Amino acid sequence: MSTQLPKQTEEASESETESDVPSRGDERRAERRRRAANRREQRQAEEAERAAADEDTIELRVFRYDPDVEEKQEPRFDTFHVPFEKGMTVLDALMYARDTYDSSLTFRHSCRQAVCGSDAMFVNGGQKLACKTQIGELDEPIRVEPLPHAEVRKDLVVDMEHFYDQMEAVEPYFQTNEYPDGELEEQRQSRENREKVKMSTRCIWCGACMSSCNVAAGDNEYLGPAAINKAYRFAMDEREGEDVKQKRLEIIEQEHGVWRCQTQFSCTEVCPKDIPLTEHIQELKREAVKNNLKFW
Amino acid sequence: MHEHDVVVVGAGGAGLRAAIAAQEAGADVAIVSKLHPVRSHTGAAEGGINAALRDADSWEDHAYDTMKGSDYLADAPAVEALCQESPEEVIQLEHWGMPFSREEDGRVSQRPFGGLSFPRTTYAGAETGHQMLHTMYEQVVKRGITVYDEWHVMDLVVTDEPDPADRTCHGVVAYDIQTGEVNGFRADGGVILATGGMGQVFDHTTNAVANTGDGVAMAYRAGVPMEDMEFIQFHPTTLPSTGVLISEGVRGEGGILYNGEGERFMFERGYANNDGELASRDVVSRAELTEVNEGRGIEDEYVHLDMRHLGEERILDRLENILHLAEDFEGADGLTEPMPVKPGQHYAMGGIETNEHGETVVDGLYAAGECACASVHGANRLGGNALPELIVFGKRAGYHAAGKEMSEAEIPTGKNGEWEPADYEFEISVGEVDSRGPAAADGGAVATDAEALLRTAVERARDRVETLLSRTGRNHAEIRSTVQETMTANVNVFREEDRLEETLSDLREAREAYQEVAVSDPSRTFNTDLIHTMETRNILDIAEALTMGALARREFRGAHWRKEHQERKDESWLKHTLVSWNGGEPELWYKPAILEGESKTYEPKVRSY
Repeated sequence: MSTQLPKQTEEASESETESDVPSRGDERRAERRRRAANRREQRQAEEAERAAADEDTIELRVFRYDPDVEEKQEPRFDTFHVPFEKGMTVLDALMYARDTYDSSLTFRHSCRQAVCGSDAMFVNGGQKLACKTQIGELDEPIRVEPLPHAEVRKDLVVDMEHFYDQMEAVEPYFQTNEYPDGELEEQRQSRENREKVKMSTRCIWCGACMSSCNVAAGDNEYLGPAAINKAYRFAMDEREGEDVKQKRLEIIEQEHGVWRCQTQFSCTEVCPKDIPLTEHIQELKREAVKNNLKFW
Repeated sequence: MHEHDVVVVGAGGAGLRAAIAAQEAGADVAIVSKLHPVRSHTGAAEGGINAALRDADSWEDHAYDTMKGSDYLADAPAVEALCQESPEEVIQLEHWGMPFSREEDGRVSQRPFGGLSFPRTTYAGAETGHQMLHTMYEQVVKRGITVYDEWHVMDLVVTDEPDPADRTCHGVVAYDIQTGEVNGFRADGGVILATGGMGQVFDHTTNAVANTGDGVAMAYRAGVPMEDMEFIQFHPTTLPSTGVLISEGVRGEGGILYNGEGERFMFERGYANNDGELASRDVVSRAELTEVNEGRGIEDEYVHLDMRHLGEERILDRLENILHLAEDFEGADGLTEPMPVKPGQHYAMGGIETNEHGETVVDGLYAAGECACASVHGANRLGGNALPELIVFGKRAGYHAAGKEMSEAEIPTGKNGEWEPADYEFEISVGEVDSRGPAAADGGAVATDAEALLRTAVERARDRVETLLSRTGRNHAEIRSTVQETMTANVNVFREEDRLEETLSDLREAREAYQEVAVSDPSRTFNTDLIHTMETRNILDIAEALTMGALARREFRGAHWRKEHQERKDESWLKHTLVSWNGGEPELWYKPAILEGESKTYEPKVRSY
């Protein structure tokens, strides 16, 4: 697995067009760098002292990179010592490190309860949601990196645009040609059918599956497990009707669709919501075959 | 400079619904949000959406329950709008494909919830908010609505008239988190604030880290009063170590609360002899803390919520998500043991003062959802009433901003209706540390046209960013945690005068410390240090207004309990608290609650469950 940094050329053109913030003098920047370096040294000294005084600390090694800050342009790992508390998650430890030692430590997070999908990262070599990964279950030092196979923006933040593009490529919205007559009438859906699509509706768009997928790593156009699962969510919903399902199967049967999946189950293994992604992809393959036979 | 007819700030349930409505009404609409839409905290809502869908139920009963639940501090025109329109909005979600839980006959399921006289809470397992958020985002994608995600809105662009009622909002200024660019978004139709909750004012909260009340604070500084901020809902069942929410759905399905002595205290100790665990949330939260304070808690901290008797099949069918949350965030197996729970900050009943169309006193500025106060929740919100509020008032604000014809609003905003000044002297000074004096909209400017107004506002925002990045000073994190700690210690479920005073004094110190705040990360790329620093200002403004309202309200109503004032005092306190920024010198005032509905008046009664 590789951590992808943006190419320098792209970076240069981006900053030319998008940065219209007035620049300050070189002197000030130099002063700031000196201050930052001092702070870092001071912090490391404090941390070492703390670690020596208190045995119950954990060691985090966190990937750092910032194209915008000279001393961070060369990727590196920073070590943080964080006092351990029972029930502490990787996200708790990162927040502690940021709020106590280095406010520039950057990662996405919001709900803290595994539903917003912001904080998927690569923890000790696996895609995890930081907020639901217990520190107590990990070997130390804990290595925290951005999601592999996605371009790193800064520290643990990756570019999600490609993931969003793939999600949106499968017409990810409910479509039907028939609604009930009555104004306040719902469409009927059987309990069995709701149960069938239930797991697929739990996706939180965290991107862990896409990052774990070897096929997606080699084929940038591959829809990927999350988008195919989204297509499954609608294709299997009995409220949509047969004609819509037909269109959905055509979308997922395209060149970079379901047939690319090599059933390695890596997406299923990393999914924090336990969605049987590989099974869903396989089922769509079978539906597609059945459908093709029908028109043969 | 970006230009749209309508700009919606925030992309949770209310924001998405507002954007869809505005677009339906023909407007060019854009959403600006500091999070990608699917990251919004609507996704964490668990329990459900109240809607009187069935023949045996009626919107009138829903309205009655809501007025009673509010302890008669909600405004009837807003409550009736909520209850009348919720059914069609729920069916609309269903028609957009939302995967509701179903009955045998294929219709949408409904379950009992606290304070409701009929099982009218529609739901999708214990993940209703997640399904609702994703269903609406799907519609936004389908319609091709422009979304500027990971843009943090810094300021509203408002004309600088002395009286807020004469001001007009022309757009917003936002900071692109990904690139550091500051830019203006002009919106001549209107700006709709849908920024959600403010739970980060407290440290034990079910709210997300992003819920810093940005919209409320922004509108406040632009001249819109904050309404009823002292009414904070503490949810009775949150996990002790993290504040993660355990849905009221657990009690709705039959879950039981036990104290450390194994007593079913809601009944056995007489807190709610009829409804027991399903009494209103404020009642249950106080009961739990009373048990703990009197030594009958577990580990002096929490009580137990037991759902084992519901059986594995029912739990998996209707509450599966609860099993995962209890396991992942508290290490408890809800199938084989009771779950530890305690009250945690959950919801702000108050917010940006609006009428029932989402309009504020500033022309062109709207608010909807948790950040707004219409008011449908008054002194206490019923479970299952937050999600319908998002869609009903999101839609109304969207339509109105897009110019769709609507009825005349009945709820007056600002000082346009009846009002009275507060007769309360604060011992601690409040407001801006170096106030410029009253009668100026913070973020506003004197300018003749909207274009110039936006340019000025963008320049000022850029200067602010530059100042924060270039100077040396204190880190915001320490200030934020001081605020959260004092608020949680003193402005919690139980409130006493001395400690509220003490809080105002702590907040004063925090404000002074904030004068010296600086951002040490110099980066233009994803500078979360900068974003959090700006958010902390919002947290400070809200904490202060909230505490002022709590000190001045000398009665016990709904979620607001006062040690020295143990009664609801309808003669003097059937009124909304309003705090106006007043250019940095906060002013406290009141306006009457509206209990007259379309065809009946909701007479205050003793509220027992």
